[in-house]
Amino acid sequence: MPAKDAIISIQNVDKHFGAFQAIHSVSMDIRHGEFFSLLGPSGCGKTTLLRMLAGFEPASSGEIYIDGAPSADIPPHQRPVNMVFQNYAIFPHLNVRDNIGYGLRKQKLPKAKRNAMIDEMLELVALPGYGDRRAHELSGGQRQRIALARALIVRPKVLLLDEPLGALDKQLREQMQMELRNLQREVGITFVFVTHDQEEALTLSDRIAVMSGGHVLQVDTPSGLYETPNSREVASFIGTMNFFDATVKGRANGHAELDVQALGRVELPVNGADVGPGDRVCVAIRPEKLSLHDEAPACGAPSVAGTLAATAYLGERSHFHIRADGCERPIAVAAQNSAVQTGGEKAEGKSVWLKAPEEALILLGND
Amino acid sequence: MSDVSYIQRPNRPLQIYACVFLFVLYVPVLFIPLFSFNDSIYVRFPLQGFTFEWYGQLWARDSLWDALYASVRLGICVAVISTILGVISARAITRYRLPGSSAVVTFIMLPLVIPGIIFGVALLVLMSRMGVPLSLYTVGIGHLIVCLPFAVAVLLPRFEGFDKSMEEASADLGENGWWTFWRVTFPIVWPGVVASLLLTFTISFDEVIMAFFLTGTEPTLPMYIWSQLRFPREFPSVLALSSIILFVSFALVFLALWIGRFGSVSATKELE
Repeated sequence: MPAKDAIISIQNVDKHFGAFQAIHSVSMDIRHGEFFSLLGPSGCGKTTLLRMLAGFEPASSGEIYIDGAPSADIPPHQRPVNMVFQNYAIFPHLNVRDNIGYGLRKQKLPKAKRNAMIDEMLELVALPGYGDRRAHELSGGQRQRIALARALIVRPKVLLLDEPLGALDKQLREQMQMELRNLQREVGITFVFVTHDQEEALTLSDRIAVMSGGHVLQVDTPSGLYETPNSREVASFIGTMNFFDATVKGRANGHAELDVQALGRVELPVNGADVGPGDRVCVAIRPEKLSLHDEAPACGAPSVAGTLAATAYLGERSHFHIRADGCERPIAVAAQNSAVQTGGEKAEGKSVWLKAPEEALILLGND
Repeated sequence: MSDVSYIQRPNRPLQIYACVFLFVLYVPVLFIPLFSFNDSIYVRFPLQGFTFEWYGQLWARDSLWDALYASVRLGICVAVISTILGVISARAITRYRLPGSSAVVTFIMLPLVIPGIIFGVALLVLMSRMGVPLSLYTVGIGHLIVCLPFAVAVLLPRFEGFDKSMEEASADLGENGWWTFWRVTFPIVWPGVVASLLLTFTISFDEVIMAFFLTGTEPTLPMYIWSQLRFPREFPSVLALSSIILFVSFALVFLALWIGRFGSVSATKELE
């Protein structure tokens, strides 16, 4: 049985299309009222999973509970979920009002009540006065709002959104992200949002499921995914990450003693990773957690000597690539330009020192 | 230098060709209305004088009106049935992953290339073996075979042209398959349905070969015309009648094409 606070509970779900397995035993809970994202590259199964929630694709095995009830035998038109389609699927033969009011037929409302509900929705998506327009008279962003209003008017328990911002240009996209987040808070409905854009997922979501090749790799909050990824794949998919090969030398009270390439001996908490002495593992650190120094730092944090291979000035911050002995790939470093920068100081070819604070290092099993 | 591109530049030989083509195509047909106003029972030049007599005579012929009534009834029934069957097939072909669906489409379209006389003879043999008396119903069955490929050919692009997610969106918003069809699918393919109705009606109305083999005691209008050709005195009236049919057929086909095109233009706009 699903957990109490779960509006959707996916349990050991597989999905096959002929010989191809699109979803590999996925299990997760989506809680009441949260903004939940399915994040992954195209073809990772996130849209398939969303379509299974909507009822358009049956699960090959496993069970999906929606609001506590098993959903396998519930057809799409009886599910308490609604979907915003990737292409919005605005009905071309109806005007905006009739599109928004489409799902109200069964409620047999008096005309005035129906109109009031549609007006309220037009107000909510900031399109009052657009009621008589046809689909082809609307811009992409307007269609998107109509699709939202059309789905929200029937008061679903969960709103499913299939890359709804994918077709919009960058500026409109950022504006719609904010509106979507505010809308979700306002209506208090659980949103399940599919996207391949990690920045979008980080900005919008309460929690994110990272998917790849039909597997769910990690389900966590945005900061959880960024700060404590549980695998090399998640770490490299979200943001930029530096990886160092390492060998486990020993384990003691929840810590592993490691011999890390370029960094030397380090002791890190294992965080449940299944490692034993002699294992080849991997240590990761975010570019902005490294600090750049002109001279060898005093003892303390692990440090690396190297030469500047490339620098990029990005306004509020700078990116550096540093070539270090014992590392085949350059190490990425990001630094805030909080002090005034003058040219020449960070010239390429200059020798520098990197300091890696031990608490910022992450131990990852080598998968 | 010309300010239009190479591809848009007028091409004199092609224009002449187009004019000659249309001339050769339609001039023989124009003789029919021309002689239908000629004050002589013989179809030959020089024209004798202008008259409406042959048109007037049409009013007095009860058997003609019976035949016309039979053809209209038949045409409407055949148009409605073949369009309904066409809608069902087009939807099945475009929406479901059927094994061998391309073979199914080929078989539906086959009557377009198989000579009508073969179907006519085959149906006649079948009907007489089964002991079914020839009547308007047997003609109707023959016409259905002729009309169904046209109905499917007109409807299939309409069904292919619209997005499956429209139907999914309707289901998602709480409508079952039946309501989804009436509230979403049918309105979107409606221009194709109208075009199919008009086209199949016209085909049934004009059809001779199937009717020739399968007509019972009630002749269709083309069969009536055929029977009148034996009497030279009746010929001018036949010309008058043919002129009217010609005009109405042209009007219906143009209407069908126009509605079809109008519908697809607005559909493309909406999909942008």
